[in-house]
Amino acid sequence: MTNSINELQNDATAIFLIGTNTTENHPVIGYKIKSNVRKNGAKLIVADPRRIDLAEMADVYMQFRPGTDVALINGMMNVIISEGLLDKDFIENRTEGFAEVAKVLEKYTPEYVEPITGVPAEDIRKAARIYASAERGSICYAMGLTQHSTGTDNVKSVCNLALLTGNLGKPGTGVNPLRGQNNVQGACDMGALPVSYPAYQQVTNPEVREKFEKAWGVKLSPNNGVTLTAAINKAHHGELKGIFVFGENPMVSDPDLQHVEEALDNLELLIVQDIFLTETAQRADVVFPGVTFAEKEGTFSNTERRVQRVRQAITPRGDARPDWQILCELSNRLGYPMNYSSPEEIFNEMRTVTPSYAGITYERLEGKGLHWPCPTEEHPGTPILHKEKFNRGLGLFHAIEFKEPAELPDEEYPLILSTGRSLFHYHTGTMTRRAEALDTHQPDNEIQVNPVTADKLSVADGETVRVVTRRGSIELKARVTDILEENVIFTFFHFSEAAANRLTNAAALDPVAGIPEYKVCAARIEKI
Amino acid sequence: MINLTIDGKEIQVAKGSMLLDACKIAGADLPTLCYDPELRLAGSCRMCVVEAKGRSNLLAACVTPAENGMVIETESPDVVETRKIILELLLARHKLECHTCESDGICKLQDYCYRYGVKDSRFQGEGPDIYKDDPNPFIERDYNKCIMCTRCVRACEEITGARAINVEDRGHHAVISTAFNGNLADSPCVFCGQCVMVCPVGALTSKVSARKGKSYQVDKVLTTCTYCGTGCTFELNVKDDQIVGVTSVRDENWSPVNRGALCVKGRFGWDFVTSSDRLTTPLIRENGELRPASWDEALDFAAGKIKEIKDKYGSDAMAMFSSARATNEENYLAQKLMRAVIGTNNVDHCARL
Ligand code: SF4
Ligand code: SF4
Ligand code: SF4
Repeated sequence: MTNSINELQNDATAIFLIGTNTTENHPVIGYKIKSNVRKNGAKLIVADPRRIDLAEMADVYMQFRPGTDVALINGMMNVIISEGLLDKDFIENRTEGFAEVAKVLEKYTPEYVEPITGVPAEDIRKAARIYASAERGSICYAMGLTQHSTGTDNVKSVCNLALLTGNLGKPGTGVNPLRGQNNVQGACDMGALPVSYPAYQQVTNPEVREKFEKAWGVKLSPNNGVTLTAAINKAHHGELKGIFVFGENPMVSDPDLQHVEEALDNLELLIVQDIFLTETAQRADVVFPGVTFAEKEGTFSNTERRVQRVRQAITPRGDARPDWQILCELSNRLGYPMNYSSPEEIFNEMRTVTPSYAGITYERLEGKGLHWPCPTEEHPGTPILHKEKFNRGLGLFHAIEFKEPAELPDEEYPLILSTGRSLFHYHTGTMTRRAEALDTHQPDNEIQVNPVTADKLSVADGETVRVVTRRGSIELKARVTDILEENVIFTFFHFSEAAANRLTNAAALDPVAGIPEYKVCAARIEKI
Repeated sequence: MINLTIDGKEIQVAKGSMLLDACKIAGADLPTLCYDPELRLAGSCRMCVVEAKGRSNLLAACVTPAENGMVIETESPDVVETRKIILELLLARHKLECHTCESDGICKLQDYCYRYGVKDSRFQGEGPDIYKDDPNPFIERDYNKCIMCTRCVRACEEITGARAINVEDRGHHAVISTAFNGNLADSPCVFCGQCVMVCPVGALTSKVSARKGKSYQVDKVLTTCTYCGTGCTFELNVKDDQIVGVTSVRDENWSPVNRGALCVKGRFGWDFVTSSDRLTTPLIRENGELRPASWDEALDFAAGKIKEIKDKYGSDAMAMFSSARATNEENYLAQKLMRAVIGTNNVDHCARL
């Protein structure tokens, strides 16, 4: 997030949510948004293919066809420009590339966008006016925006929207990705990415590489590594021979599980380090038992870049060991000694090579934690980014044309399948399926179907049906609900026994981020 | 500023302050039941009454603005007598079963009865039995213990925004209820447990923690939630080296993101930690099956295989999927292991999934 969570409750006067079912996936942020709308009268715009909880209290709700995000946002920007609602000072002083964008936007009139997105032109106008004329407008998004073959374009589009209206660098504004997992922000910050060391320092930059070579005392590879999805493909082709899976479960989380299964079985070595014998661990050659958050010390960085402490409450179960100790032991055996006495010692080494964390110490984290960037021990942390200037100096507009999703419905597969999360479960279900109350409350997956569609297929609420795509099929209960349009169906991905990712499309990836198109693929429902 | 005297102490408070805040500044500990600093004022329980010189009525401190020149007594005989009567009235309706109650030790009713020496009630008439089983797996609702402070209703509406419960007004027999007196699962309830957090007695408690330990038997460890990226903080309750519950920290200085508010996963989803399914020993595949192994064996095996692959196919034949659920320290080590030790940049995690 460019801004902090509590600004959504206290400072934003308009909030635009696109591709985030906030009350289910980031519930506490959802509460704050509701409170701001109800208590302070903040305006709310919701764009989502499903009429989610927050849509009910929105000033404008736009139910758009999955995958048409760019068209929708371009439509809003077209209105903002044609009605003169743009922030001219901001554009002039703090951005570049506006002219090219304005040119591309010309054709995206609400009337042009309506048939593409299915959103009435008047609603697009209304949404654009609310966001652009707000004193402090905030945009929040989640995987609903990013998990598309055009995910990067979608993100650039919402950035354009914020730049156009000067909604950056002030309290209650910003472009705010709500990140799904406790420490996905931290994993990125720490360089668990194929192209960057900690703090997004590029592995292909010779100066940076030299710095890390000096710090770590070894020669380092100058080549970008492969992404997770590319690694699976390489394993499938036999180019990649060994994978170390640490606390992940690609056998449920990755697209097209048939393909993942074949890829993992093709490996010479699969190491899995986890707390349970996950679907992935069951295929491993060697399994290391790690520990949960309750059994170790450390830090997590949340979606607003706030670094906070994790503290040990109980001793590791059985022979399980804190994950950092396992990694050290393995390193020692590979001939590179890692002898840290505590996570704090690791943290202190990390901050010497991670400029954005350099000023953070465990001592300073007691209490409220700190937002990075925090370059020195005197620095108070940075809840709001881009206050005076952007990282690159001027904010860059990107002219983006709308592109259709990779797999569109056809006669054989007439429905659009989208996937996501439930309030009661988390990711691949490894933890929540074993949390008794959560699993008792929601033990099964479901496919959400519009009543008209259900009627056409003579499917009753609660009936077990088969959902089929080009990749495979699963059987699960139909839940008939009018929160989605007739040609859209939706399912959760937490349930390995009816795994959504047997259906999803691994071939459709965003060309830049490598993110799979989980939110759109063509499907059909069959009666059993 | 406003000047006033509380229990003989002269103090100054900002204009608009309530007497309750002024008393706190003066160091007087007023008992409260319906008051919650985060919620709309109800002013209904009257436990916080104080005596103001020259006024015939006692004043409920939480809803009375401080005024210049007020002379306040917080524990005068009249005040104490009134509080005793309030407690007796509440006891007449409250089912006393402290020995089996989950809130034993953190119950405000229990505390104040102890403080004012109220043993039982002179007000006759056991209330009707209004217990109704609610089959949800998260929250036990026993309104035989409810003291009608309405904090749960206000928390549900004002913190969570769910509006699942309300006061069902039947005069003297008012009760807390969902619409049509149904189960929580059939209401807009999202099982956040904010109502449990604010309930001052044992009317709302966690089913997941039931009979696992009383408040005074557990140690509390402040930590950060392991689920979504919001980064809520809470306390893990520990007894005999087991997690037995999660409780909120409502102080902004220690719970900066959520001020104690949680969702169903954070509050009720912690028991996977001690699940019997946990992996407790390393495993190695032998003849197609995974079998238990010692740490040395498992680590040597893995290291040997990695070296073999590296020698035969080069470093880039190895890859690691690191973890968005692991700590920063562990992710730092994971990528260092791949880059500095194995020699490849093939490290990623499920940021995109
Ligand atoms: S659990 Fe949350 S939503 Fe349900 S009644 Fe209690 S406060 Fe309301
Ligand atoms: S259930 Fe608890 S919080 Fe709600 S009114 Fe009764 S005593 Fe108060
Ligand atoms: S309590 Fe709920 S909202 Fe808060 S971090 Fe945990 S999962 Fe997210």
